[in-house]
Order: sequence, then C-alpha cells, then structure tokens
Amino acid sequence: MMTFFPKTNIDFLKYRKVYFTVSTLIFIFGIILFFTKGLNMGIDFTGGTLVQVKFEQPVEMAAIRDALTQTGNESDLQSYGDNTYAVREKGSEADIAEVQAGVEKALDTLNVPYTVQQANFVGPAVGQDMAERAVWAIVLSLVLIIIYVAFRFSNILWGTSGVVALFHDLFVMAVAFALTQREIDLVVVAAFLTVAGFSINDTIVIFDRIRENMRLTPRASLAELINRSINETLSRTVITSLTVVGSLFILYFFGGEALNSFAFAMLVGCICGVYTTIALTTPLVYVWTHGGENKEAAVATAKPARKAETEKKPVEKKEDAKPAASGNGPSKKSVRKSRRNRR
Amino acid sequence: MSKSLAIKWIVIIVILLGSMALIYPNYSWYSKPEAERTKLESLGNKPQRLLNLGLDLRGGSSLLLELDVTKLSDREPLNEAMARAIEIIRNRIDQYGVGETSITRQGDKWILVQLPGVANPAAAEALIGKTAMLEFHIVKNDTTAAEKAITKLESMDEPYDQDGALKPEIAELLPEGYTIFRTKDGGYNLVDKTAKVTGADLDDAHLTMYGENGYPEVAFSFNAEGAKKFGQLTGSNIGKQLAIVLDNTIQSAPVVQSRITKEGRISGTFTLEEARQLTIVLKAGALPAPVRIIEKRTIGPTLGEDSIKSGLSASLYALVAILLFMMIYYKWAGFISDIALVLNLVLLMAIMSYFSATLTLPGIAGIILSLAMAIDANVLIIERMREEKLLGKPIATIIQLGYDKAWSAIIDSNLTTIIVGCCLLQFGTGPVKGFAVTLIIGLVVSLFTAVFVTRAIYELLLTSNPKEISL
Repeated sequence: MMTFFPKTNIDFLKYRKVYFTVSTLIFIFGIILFFTKGLNMGIDFTGGTLVQVKFEQPVEMAAIRDALTQTGNESDLQSYGDNTYAVREKGSEADIAEVQAGVEKALDTLNVPYTVQQANFVGPAVGQDMAERAVWAIVLSLVLIIIYVAFRFSNILWGTSGVVALFHDLFVMAVAFALTQREIDLVVVAAFLTVAGFSINDTIVIFDRIRENMRLTPRASLAELINRSINETLSRTVITSLTVVGSLFILYFFGGEALNSFAFAMLVGCICGVYTTIALTTPLVYVWTHGGENKEAAVATAKPARKAETEKKPVEKKEDAKPAASGNGPSKKSVRKSRRNRR
Repeated sequence: MSKSLAIKWIVIIVILLGSMALIYPNYSWYSKPEAERTKLESLGNKPQRLLNLGLDLRGGSSLLLELDVTKLSDREPLNEAMARAIEIIRNRIDQYGVGETSITRQGDKWILVQLPGVANPAAAEALIGKTAMLEFHIVKNDTTAAEKAITKLESMDEPYDQDGALKPEIAELLPEGYTIFRTKDGGYNLVDKTAKVTGADLDDAHLTMYGENGYPEVAFSFNAEGAKKFGQLTGSNIGKQLAIVLDNTIQSAPVVQSRITKEGRISGTFTLEEARQLTIVLKAGALPAPVRIIEKRTIGPTLGEDSIKSGLSASLYALVAILLFMMIYYKWAGFISDIALVLNLVLLMAIMSYFSATLTLPGIAGIILSLAMAIDANVLIIERMREEKLLGKPIATIIQLGYDKAWSAIIDSNLTTIIVGCCLLQFGTGPVKGFAVTLIIGLVVSLFTAVFVTRAIYELLLTSNPKEISL
C-alpha cells in the first residue's frame, strides 16, 4: 500500500487562533487592496470595447502604446504574451467598428504584420445585467446550501460555517486577482463558481466524517471528534487536492492563453480550499457551538494547548480498541504491525 | 454470477454501446475537412445530435440585440413581439447564407444572434438593421427568355453581387421589366419587376388549422387601400402564380384562383409548422420595434483554433497524469477508478451530443469540476477501503464497507453541487449557463460511473474469490 501520509494525529484545533488571525489579516489586507488597487474588471462587466491583435514579430510594448496615442481615445494596453496584445476602452459606448478601425490604423504605423484575433463590444446595460444575475445566482446558492446542509446535518451552524469557508475561498481568489491585476472576465467567473463547488465538496466530506464519528462515539467531546475526523480524512484531502492542483498546473502552463486565467483562479482557489477546510470550517463549528451552548465550555477551551495534550492519548487508545471490540484478536496485531512498517 | 450482478452489467453494457453510437457521428463529422463541413452545413446536411463547439472555441461572431420595447404597439404583448422579431431576424440571417446560426431570446427583450465562423459580421448586422420588405409579384416563368435565364442561373453559384443586385451577365438575359428572386428551397423564379402590392398594405394574417383540402392554410387581410390594389392585381392574373416575397426571397407562390380583395388565403400542402412560419413571416412585414446592438463579440478563427489545440492537449496531459497517478498510488483500485473516469468522459460526450449541446470554455470548466468530483468520490471510497483493510477484514467486507461508508459523503457533496448548478442554470446567462449544464450532467454521470460502475467491477472480480485486491 503506497501512502504519503501515515496515520496522523495532529491537533488541528489547537492552532485555531492562528488560523483565525491569518484569515482576519488576509481579510483586512484584501479590503485595503480592493480600495487601493481595486479589481481589474473586464469589459464583460464594465462595458466597453476590446480589440486583441497578434503580431507576427516581437514588438516593444512602449512602441505600441505610442502608436495608440494617435487614436485620440483613452485606451489601455495589456500583453497576453506570445506577441499578443489587447487594447481596451472601458465604459466606452463608441461603435466598435470605429474603435477597431482607429486601432488598426494606429497599429499599421508600426509596420509589423498582425492579425485581429478578437474584437468585442459590450454595452453598459449588458455588463450590469450579468453582474446582477451572477450575484443573484450566488446568493440563492448560498442560502440553499445552508438549508441543505442544515437539514442533512441537523444543525444550522454547520451549514453557515460551510458558507463562510466558501466565502473565504472566493475572497482569497479575489485578493489574488487584485494583487496581480489580472482581468476578471466571464471565464474567471466560471473558475470562481468551480472553486465554490469544490469548497462545498471538501466541507461536506469532513462534516460527513464528524457526523459518522458522532454516531460511533457519542460521548466524545466535539474537539476530539473534529480532530479525529480531520486526521482520518487528511489522506483523502491531500490526494484529491493533489490530483486537481497537479492537473491545474498543467492547464496553467500548457493550456494556452484562453485557459490561463481560468487555471490561475482555480489554482489559488484549490490551494486555499485545502487550508480553509482544515483551518476554518471545523474550528468555526467548534467555536460557535461552544459560544452558543454554554459559557463554561468556552472557558474550558480557552486553554486549548494544554487540554489537547492530555486528550491525545485517550484518542489513540479508543482507535485501537475498535478492532478489539469487533472480536478479532489477530487483526489488532496486524494493524500495529503495518503501522510500524510504514514508519 | 448472481442475477442482480448480471443485470448491473447488462445495464452498463447497454449504456456503453448507446454512448458509442451517439459519439460516432461526432467522430465522422469532425474528421471531415473544414471546407466539406462548411459546404454540408450550408446545404443543411449537418447531422443532428452532434456536440457543437461554442464561438469561443471555433471562432465567429455573436450579436446581442435589444428590442426597443418603448416603441411597441400597445396591442401586441411582449412575448409575441419577441417571437416575431426573432422570426424576422432569422429570416434575414438565413438569407445571408451563414451555415448554422443560432438566434435565441435572452431575458425579456434581448435577442442573441450567433454566427459561427463569421469573422466580419458587418453584412449580417446590416441585414438585421434593414426594414422588412414584403411584396407581391406575379410569376412569369413561361417565356422562352425566362427558360434561358433560369438554365443559365442553374449553372451559376451566386447570381447576386455583394449589394444584392443581379449580376450583369444574368440581368442582360432578362426581358425588360422582369427580375429574378430566389425561392425558399433554393430554386429561382422569374417575376414582374414592380411589386403592385406590398406589406405596407397588409392588415393581418392568421393560421387556419383545417383548410379546404384538410391542410393548414394561412389567411390574410388587407386594409382598404391594399384591398383595392390587390383586387386589381389578382383580377387580371387569374390562373397565374403570385409570389409572396419577403426580403427578396420567395416564401411561397400560390396560384391565383379568383379575384381577391380584402381577404385571401394561401393554400397548399402545408404542414402545420410551415403554415405557422408563413403566418409569422406575413405578419412579420417589419420588425415590431427597432433593434439596437448592445453587445458584439468577434473571435477570429485562429484564436478559436489555438484555444482548442492548446486547451485540448493540456487537458489530455492532465488526464493522463491523473490516470497514471491513480494507478501508481492505488494499484488495481486505482485502475478501476481510471476505467470509471474514462467512462465518465465518454458518457458526458454522449449525453451532450444527444442534446446537441454547445461546448464552450466555461463548459469545459464544468467538466473539470465534475471530473474532479468523480476522482474525489473514488478516492473517498478507496481510502475507506484502505481503512477497513488495515482492520484486517476479508476482501468482500472491505469493498462492501468502503462503499457503504463513503456513500453519504459522496451523495451529499454531489447533491449540494447540483443545487448550486441549478441556481446558476436559473439565473445565469450564456457562459454561466454553459458551465451549469456540463456541471449538472457531469455530476449525474459521475455518480453513476464512480459508484455504480466501479462497484459492479469489484463485484465481478469477487466472483473469482480473490484473496486480495491491491488498493
């Protein structure tokens, strides 16, 4: 049996203050970033025109920028690599045929052969409508997820923390886009949606395990259950994420320009998703549950470091006790043996 | 083999064969050279139930039009006006001769026109903006000059020049006062050049389900002015064919039976659908209100080709990497999941072909998510099996428990994601919808392949009583 992870027993909850601090810092950093740098929204949302050209030979970007001043319009220039450039006029309602003709005329002065690969015009009403619909779709999905998870796991806190995790992943992706000033277009929105789906998936796998462990050992404390469940699903979390992240790297490097920003968004979202699943979803459930139930529990868990230390051993014992309880002597030994072998 | 296992395998084999049958036409179609495909497409010989490529993958233009609803007549409900506008626009675009166009309503007052392969949509745009011209012409095919002209026409590819006027070599063959219109089925008719009556004089048109000879008919009526003119035209041409011409295309050419004034009927061996279309076209005269282009996207064929090539090859590498990884890490169990994964892709393609779905970049994103979740389902199951194996249970129990315990996580995560997909389908526009469609189909398929099929494989393996299956 090939394993990357021997059976672990990490006290994930112990570091929850660190996670919360990190996430709060990212949140503050992100908000500042949104206000200072802002998101580079594509013409899909702002409205405007875009003309994308590919030169047959390398051209200095400054030269293209110079040439473009001849159009007399305010436009920005972006390099897509591979001698491909996009000229954008955001919020403009000018006729695309005119804009395109103007840009072509300006580029002709460079005397480098090129082809127009793409020419888009989006009216302001369309962009607004798309943004509105996207927001509605997301809000409705979030509400339905909370309801479904609350129903399946008979606890509204779980659904809510799942949604917080989802929101966290999307937020980090948005921060990554603000930081790199990559353009957000409809394909990127698809990536955001994909990550949202993935994030829910991860959350539910852990929740499912906690639910199951709750049934098996109803007396175990929530902290114990959560830690055991994260550890038990750790191998799955890593393997699944590894396959997805691995294939995304391939798409990122070889997928071509059209898939590039999609792959970038997915990479950020998936890597962040692993962190969120382990460090945010379940610790939130833990903190909220104890905050809501009684204050004593909250006080008791205020010193998690020491408590966790003492908890470690009983957990291990219980696991070992399970096969014994099922009345199978030799198997117990074989478990130990195989464990030793792996180490 | 037990009876239930045999049934499982029959289901799987039938589905597999069905998928192959659905996918095969794609293979034979897309392996044809581009030029041949374009030609077949324009002749309307493209097979149905094919997986289509979106404009972002094959290049082309898309136009989003907005109907100016403030200028609609009060009597006409919005839905009817939109249906008419779409019909008029379709009529005009078809005349432009683009292979396979898609014209669909979006939201309340928007119409999306997609022209695959058209890199310069200016001509199409001009057509859309044009006012509809409905005219009635008397057909004059019976002179010798007409016969000559038509024989000549049939030897030519395109008798009209770019501006829609007849080419000189054809025009000189025609007798004075005649012109030629194309009929809807691709033939030609020689007609009187001047239209004595036009659509401006038409009052209404409606469909009669059961006409005189049992076929559907289209009834129309003129206003007072039109009735007078139409009475003169038909009265002096009884027994001749009257061409009903819309935007320079003959829609139908019924024989005039008697003098018609205010009301008339167009009868023939129409199907209900044909008659309905004719009614729309007649009623259509002009767009119910002006349209405005609010979005225009043009993607050059090279860009589309590039994104297909690099996107496909990268996806292929990624897939191979995943398949290899699963096989190395999980051995036999990994190999079984690989079979499920490949089958997943096959089924997805088959279902998308069956619905003639359009594959776009966001759609590929949806496929990626559904594949990732299919892998995840298998990882969940195998990890559970490994846990049970460590407890030293017999192989049959390991498999049984692996599936039983992983099931709740798999169904919950898939169902939540399907819920999200449905929300996106409901609210999303074009690209988001494309994502949602492939995602939902992909998830349903992955539940089938990752759980049902893999389990059937394990159960088949168990019939030979193996001591161990490597995980």
